[in-house]
Amino acid sequence: MNLWTAFKKEFLEQRRTKKLLIAVIVLAAFGMLSPLMAKLIPEIFASIPSMAFYANLIPTPTVNDAVMQYVKNLTQFGVLLAVLFSMGAVAQEKEKGTTAMVLSKPMPRGSFLIAKFLGIGLTFLAAVAASALGGYYYTYFLFEALPVGSFLAMNGLLLLYMLVYAAVTLFFSTLTRTQFIAIGGAAGVLIIFNVLAALPKIGQYAPEALIANATNLVLGQPITSWWGLWVSLIIIVVALTGAWLAFRKQEI
Amino acid sequence: MNAIQIQDLHKRYGEVRALDGLQLEVQKGSIYGFLGPNGAGKTTTLRILSGLARADSGKVTIDGDAEVAVNHPSNHIGYLPEEPAFYTWMTPNEFLDYTGEIFHLDAKTRKARASELIELSGLKEAQKRKIGGFSHGMRQRLGFAQAMMNEPDVLLLDEPVSALDPAGRKEILELIQSLRGRCTILMSTHILADVERVCDTIGIIDKGRMVIQADRGELLNRYAVSAIDVELANGSAAKIEEIKATFERIDGVSSVGIEQNTLHIAAQDVQPILPRLMQMIMAQGVQVNKIEVVRPSLEDIFMQLTGEGRVEA
Repeated sequence: MNLWTAFKKEFLEQRRTKKLLIAVIVLAAFGMLSPLMAKLIPEIFASIPSMAFYANLIPTPTVNDAVMQYVKNLTQFGVLLAVLFSMGAVAQEKEKGTTAMVLSKPMPRGSFLIAKFLGIGLTFLAAVAASALGGYYYTYFLFEALPVGSFLAMNGLLLLYMLVYAAVTLFFSTLTRTQFIAIGGAAGVLIIFNVLAALPKIGQYAPEALIANATNLVLGQPITSWWGLWVSLIIIVVALTGAWLAFRKQEI
Repeated sequence: MNAIQIQDLHKRYGEVRALDGLQLEVQKGSIYGFLGPNGAGKTTTLRILSGLARADSGKVTIDGDAEVAVNHPSNHIGYLPEEPAFYTWMTPNEFLDYTGEIFHLDAKTRKARASELIELSGLKEAQKRKIGGFSHGMRQRLGFAQAMMNEPDVLLLDEPVSALDPAGRKEILELIQSLRGRCTILMSTHILADVERVCDTIGIIDKGRMVIQADRGELLNRYAVSAIDVELANGSAAKIEEIKATFERIDGVSSVGIEQNTLHIAAQDVQPILPRLMQMIMAQGVQVNKIEVVRPSLEDIFMQLTGEGRVEA
């Protein structure tokens, strides 16, 4: 199958090209900064004479603010990194010619693709773990301890949300030789999903529903629908299968 | 026995007919020189053989394997593309190890083989450097090494020495020669002197069809076009185009080419032409440095068969 060989190469690439380091630093920084910003914003406003009035309008920050800030930052920057890291994964290799070097050997194209997704997945797993660690500590330090199980599950949902966009971008990257078309396709899908998420009744089926689920999970609020989770998993499977079906017949 | 067998291969890219019923046979253990003008279909053929492109119709077999198809490259081949590309963040050792792992070689064999090929390809001093810093020639050498990693039965080389300096070219050609009998080599090149030097069999392709395929010696004999080189002195060099037109009018002359100050006059039989040529030179007061009867070259045959004035990949 050669999946393990391809995966080792992909993860080595994530490390050597500093993608792993960048993802860990960026998400860990936002993980730590989120509760810090939630706590300090009223104090920062109060310390600036011309802004002091606004400080009085901001309610006293709670652990809910810290969690919501954390979810918002992680999803925004996580998705941005997922798209950036996946857009050239196949397109750039085709453009440079490395796919011709590898795929003229007995490397199954399915393994080549899945290894790329797993490599990116492992990078984001490490980055979300670092973020969760920092975020949990600062939330505990500045507010109160969060339920560990729920907090971990929340981070799992956020990771899945990032991987939806990694898989979609990988799909577009496989279809084209230009990474900018891949980023365009992924941006288009992101816009469509966000529009769908805003529609009543339909919104619960969009991957964006994972964000609300993640927040509710850790804040102990009821979750009315898990459709977002199942649809996200289906999107990942469909995107990767579609990429494989297109790639296996492509001329390199 | 044939190591590579191509039957009636067709391939179109939109309106362009890249391969038009190509027939090709490469004998096991031989070195096959694949020649043709630019866009003749050489790279397309090699890409189909390596499983990177799909033929519209026709049959391709390598070393007795089932038909080669996209997504099912043969385990028995080594392939060097025209412009080999690498992961620039890897070292040559790492790339060779990765290649060996794809071919399921065990760690000990991979290490030994990589070390041997690094040495052979003259990259020992650069083995710990990142490939990103390699010159074009160094990448070509590494490309050759990776194609040899699995000790292939069939080696497909697309312009293997085009990016190398004369010393590097000589080394790689010697290496190719040393593989004669151990593996079958199909190499495309635009350097005819290299083909003459190392290849046993020569195939000339034009517009996607095989124009001729024959043993090197047989080809040179069959298409033996003798030639006369006339090197003009400085006094007549300015009128070289005018003199060329005059020589082209001599009965029996098949073509006249120009290379710097020398006119290359090709003919089936040069002996009857010589006196007429001398007469013309004297009558027109052409100043010459040298007149020489030269042996036919593969280039003459190539130009004769493809109608090309210039030989390219």
